[in-house]
Amino acid sequence: MIRFSQVSKRYPNGYEALKRINFTLEREKMAFLVGHSGAGKSTLLKLITLVERSTHGQLVVNSKNLVKLPRRQIPYFRREVGVIFQDHKLLHDRTVFDNVALPLVVSGVGHRETGRRVRAALDKVGLLGKERLFPITLSGGEQQRVGIARAVVNRPPLLLADEPTGNLDAQLSDEIMDLFYQFNQYGVTVIIATHERRHIQRLNKPVLELKDGRLVNDGAPH
Amino acid sequence: MRAYLLRHVQVLLASLGQLARAPGSTMMSVGVIGITLALPGLLYLLVANAERVSSEWHGGTHVSLFLHGTVDNDQAQKLAAHLAKRADVNRVRVVSSEQALSEFKELSGFGEALDALPANPLPSLLVVIPEPQYEQPETLEKMVLELQSLPAVELAQMDMQWVQRFHVILKLTRRALIVLSVLLALAVLLIVSNTIRLAIVNRRAEIEIIQLIGGTDRFIRRPFLYSGMLQGFLGGGVAIVLIALCLHLLRPPIQVLANLYGSGFRVTGLGVFESLTILAIGMGLGWLASRWSAGRHLSRMQPA
Ligand SMILES: Nc1ncnc2c1ncn2[C@@H]1O[C@H](COP(=O)(O)OP(=O)(O)OP(=O)(O)O)[C@@H](O)[C@H]1O
Ligand SMILES: [Mg+2]
Repeated sequence: MIRFSQVSKRYPNGYEALKRINFTLEREKMAFLVGHSGAGKSTLLKLITLVERSTHGQLVVNSKNLVKLPRRQIPYFRREVGVIFQDHKLLHDRTVFDNVALPLVVSGVGHRETGRRVRAALDKVGLLGKERLFPITLSGGEQQRVGIARAVVNRPPLLLADEPTGNLDAQLSDEIMDLFYQFNQYGVTVIIATHERRHIQRLNKPVLELKDGRLVNDGAPH
Repeated sequence: MRAYLLRHVQVLLASLGQLARAPGSTMMSVGVIGITLALPGLLYLLVANAERVSSEWHGGTHVSLFLHGTVDNDQAQKLAAHLAKRADVNRVRVVSSEQALSEFKELSGFGEALDALPANPLPSLLVVIPEPQYEQPETLEKMVLELQSLPAVELAQMDMQWVQRFHVILKLTRRALIVLSVLLALAVLLIVSNTIRLAIVNRRAEIEIIQLIGGTDRFIRRPFLYSGMLQGFLGGGVAIVLIALCLHLLRPPIQVLANLYGSGFRVTGLGVFESLTILAIGMGLGWLASRWSAGRHLSRMQPA
């Protein structure tokens, strides 16, 4: 599903955030991405969603060569990747329903189908009763689950989460991780960047570890 | 197809809602667009009405031929009869040197001083009145050149009567209208593109989120295009109202003036076609400006 070959990322200011990264994550697998603050976790996820472009190496995601993907193809590529952000990135002037529906609206899914899929996604994250509310009236954990519902609503084969449990207490945080675990059980490929070692031990999944922009553990079994 | 139309209607309504939510700035830009479009509209009406007036008049143009002092009245009469046969000449009036002198005495008030002169210093004069279809400046010019080359003629002079000056002024005004329209269209483009730029900056966070979940530039641009088009459309409406108001104020004095000259002239306002044209121009400019502005700012905007 994801293949990094000698991938480097140098920011315009000259700082090299990622250095010659090599790893492969097969379809339907799940992995954690760990590392100290500033190690390059977010940068790596941004390369996968083409928010940033790699400056060296080959990067293939879902059978697409991202190095050669033209700019106008980027939106269509992003629809194949569900992303969850630490700060949720919800639209606060729209209801929970409209927020979750957004990926379907941008890809032109019909009205009835949209309603059906949004309710299914909200059901999965346990927010079915709150679709008419505005995000601001929800708790942090609920907002994060709205973000997850939005990421999975058009059933992407790949799910990325950048510290999805950063601000949540242990119990909420476990619930969120369990959700990702479930999606992976359904066959979605999942990468979660996190600081919390606890989840790694609990869920027993391979770990990609970054240190100063280098991959010191590529998650392959030794 | 129905879903596609439905979505466009939704975006249109959403844009309307957004304009309604910021009534202050929307009214400002719509008002400025209205005034900007009303100016060339009024000038256009001025030209159109003036053209109608001038098409009612014709004639008044003639060429004066001052003959050499050696040419006597008989010869002048013969020349006049000869010239009258030309295709471009309607008729020729002969003003003998005696007639010219007495006219001059009357008009100038130098009567007695002129009586003291031993001989009549004025030459005979032929007034050549062209056929109406030869009244254009170009054909007249040619005729004057030909008449000037006749041996009996000392000086051929075209009398550019005020009708003709009026035509020249109209021509100039029409040109000015085009230049002014282009400049004011540019002004509308700048106004709309600036409000669209502000709207884009205000909704930056939202745009970035939509980019992140796979919204195309087209999708993101659409509400801004509608907003620009709506502003242009409403601005066109304001222009039509302003023009009607101005005409309402100007009509009575113009009518008085027309009556004084015994003319049945009536000022015409904007017709349906012209009103629709103003609305279409407003919309077109709004679309163009928002397209340009959105293209410029969205291509620079990348999700963080
Ligand atoms: N746009 C940028 N321009 C320049 N340098 C950047 C940019 N974004 C990130 N960096 C640098 O790249 C390095 C890696 O940043 P990144 O955000 O990937 O770290 P991280 O592992 O996600 O850290 P954290 O756990 O704190 O989120 C940091 O040193 C950061 O300062
Ligand atoms: Mg980070």
